[in-house]
Amino acid sequence: METILKISNLHKKFKKVHAVNNVSLEIKKGNVYGILGPNGSGKSTTLGIVLNVVNKTSGDFEWFDGSLSTHDALKKVGAIIERPNFYPYMTAEENLKLVCKIKNIPFDKVNEKLELVGLFDRKDSKFKTFSLGMKQRLAIASALLNDPEILILDEPTNGLDPQGIRQIRDLIKIIANQGTTILLASHLLDEVEKVCSHVIVLRYGVTLYQGTVDGMLANEGFFELQSDNLDALIQAISNHESVDKIEVQDGKALVYLKAPLEAGELNQYLFNKNIVLTQLLKRKTSLEEQFLKLTN
Amino acid sequence: MKRLLTIELQKIWLNKASRVLSIIYFLSLFLLASIALIEFDFGFFKFEAAKSGFFNFPYIWHFTTFVASWFKLFLAVIIVSMVANEFSYGTLKQNLIDGMSKKEFLLSKFYTIILFSLVSTLFVFGISLILGLKYSSYTEMSIIFSDMSYLFAYFLKHVAFFSFCLFLALLIKRSAFTLGFIFVWFLGENVGHAILKYKILGYTPKDKNTEVIDWVKDALPLESMSNLITEPFTRLNFVKSVSNTVGATIDKNYQVQPIFVAIVLAWTFIFILTSYYILKKRDL
Repeated sequence: METILKISNLHKKFKKVHAVNNVSLEIKKGNVYGILGPNGSGKSTTLGIVLNVVNKTSGDFEWFDGSLSTHDALKKVGAIIERPNFYPYMTAEENLKLVCKIKNIPFDKVNEKLELVGLFDRKDSKFKTFSLGMKQRLAIASALLNDPEILILDEPTNGLDPQGIRQIRDLIKIIANQGTTILLASHLLDEVEKVCSHVIVLRYGVTLYQGTVDGMLANEGFFELQSDNLDALIQAISNHESVDKIEVQDGKALVYLKAPLEAGELNQYLFNKNIVLTQLLKRKTSLEEQFLKLTN
Repeated sequence: MKRLLTIELQKIWLNKASRVLSIIYFLSLFLLASIALIEFDFGFFKFEAAKSGFFNFPYIWHFTTFVASWFKLFLAVIIVSMVANEFSYGTLKQNLIDGMSKKEFLLSKFYTIILFSLVSTLFVFGISLILGLKYSSYTEMSIIFSDMSYLFAYFLKHVAFFSFCLFLALLIKRSAFTLGFIFVWFLGENVGHAILKYKILGYTPKDKNTEVIDWVKDALPLESMSNLITEPFTRLNFVKSVSNTVGATIDKNYQVQPIFVAIVLAWTFIFILTSYYILKKRDL
């Protein structure tokens, strides 16, 4: 598979802060990547470096196997970082045309992309009259102008209202379905879980996990059990060979597993021991729980 | 180059304030022509600008370039705000992300400076030529097109001054502070020189041997720019005759001096290269 971006041993030190510490990653064409990390974990700095706005301290990165200089490579990239930055006194259309000039592409796609993000009706309105959600959608239109090889989104739903978040999320899904490679930095973990195929987890600039989303979630899951006689239940189940540990929470037993165990199998096992369950629920740890576990 | 210029001109032209300022600027250059209409009569002294020799070739080149360069402050405001706005809007960052290099960003500003200076020079050339053809006592080709060095000096003075503005705006990032700083700098050159000369080195105004310290002042950016075109007024015949009758002799070199051209060119290079260095080093 074609490599779009390769980062090797990247470091960035601000005066006292080691914002990015030995980050390496490879972005392959066609995948959707999520970068996760608490605030100040180095996500935006890493993106800033590959986008030519922050100077690296050491390490390397190359776009498209190093065949292009960074600023020429960026002409084939669409990126939105933090808040949408446009000229407030220009209209939506004028702003997009300026981006076309910078990217050295014809104006053909301007209307098409405005339509995609639902701003065609407002194309002659000045940017400063837009709501934050509209500004963010304009930023997406702008990032898509060149039909980019990769779309980089840094917190695209930050500060938006629920409708705005929904619109942006739907747009991302549409774009992902078209086969565009996406690199998405976000706090919204369910979003990442739904859209992304790969994740990178950062904390204090250090990579904690890198791999597929499925890989990160790969565990046997756990059971939520309830019975009239909880003590007997715990007694009985703690002898089962697949059980790792048991926690009691709100009158329920949370049973974590170390080997695969089906719900029916468990039910039968307990029934044989004369324990009747009032509740049996098999759950998988969510990305959120996995993430909190990793970063705490 | 054409691409970078169209990018920058779109940014400037679609901004109402910049558009109005540039229109005012070029209109005010036309006001130069209205000097020809100045007439006053003190009874003992009658003055008619059109007949006073202001518009004689080649003196007119000196006169109009000197007067017109005062208007450059209008354009300086545009240059400063076109840089400072990029910071306040966050568009410098966005331009870079969209695939402009830092060098291209700076060049697009610098090309615009050159374009503005060039258009302004052409304007002054055209206006002077028309005024001269109308009012000058001499209209031989060889006389009309002599002393063209003033036009070159005018052009260079503008490029240098705007580069200075560009550099300060990049450094300070706020338009109001930058404009204030340019004014403070202007005062600082004179006050600093005076303090150094009279307080620290202990010269008195009567001392003759002050060439070295005066040269320090002449080498400063704004002073060297203003030295490119000396004041033209004392060069006029009627002013000379007045000063002769009161016993003062004016002995001055009115030509564009190559040493100042060299100093100003050097400053322009320093400003642009330092701007590039600042831009390159800075994390946005």
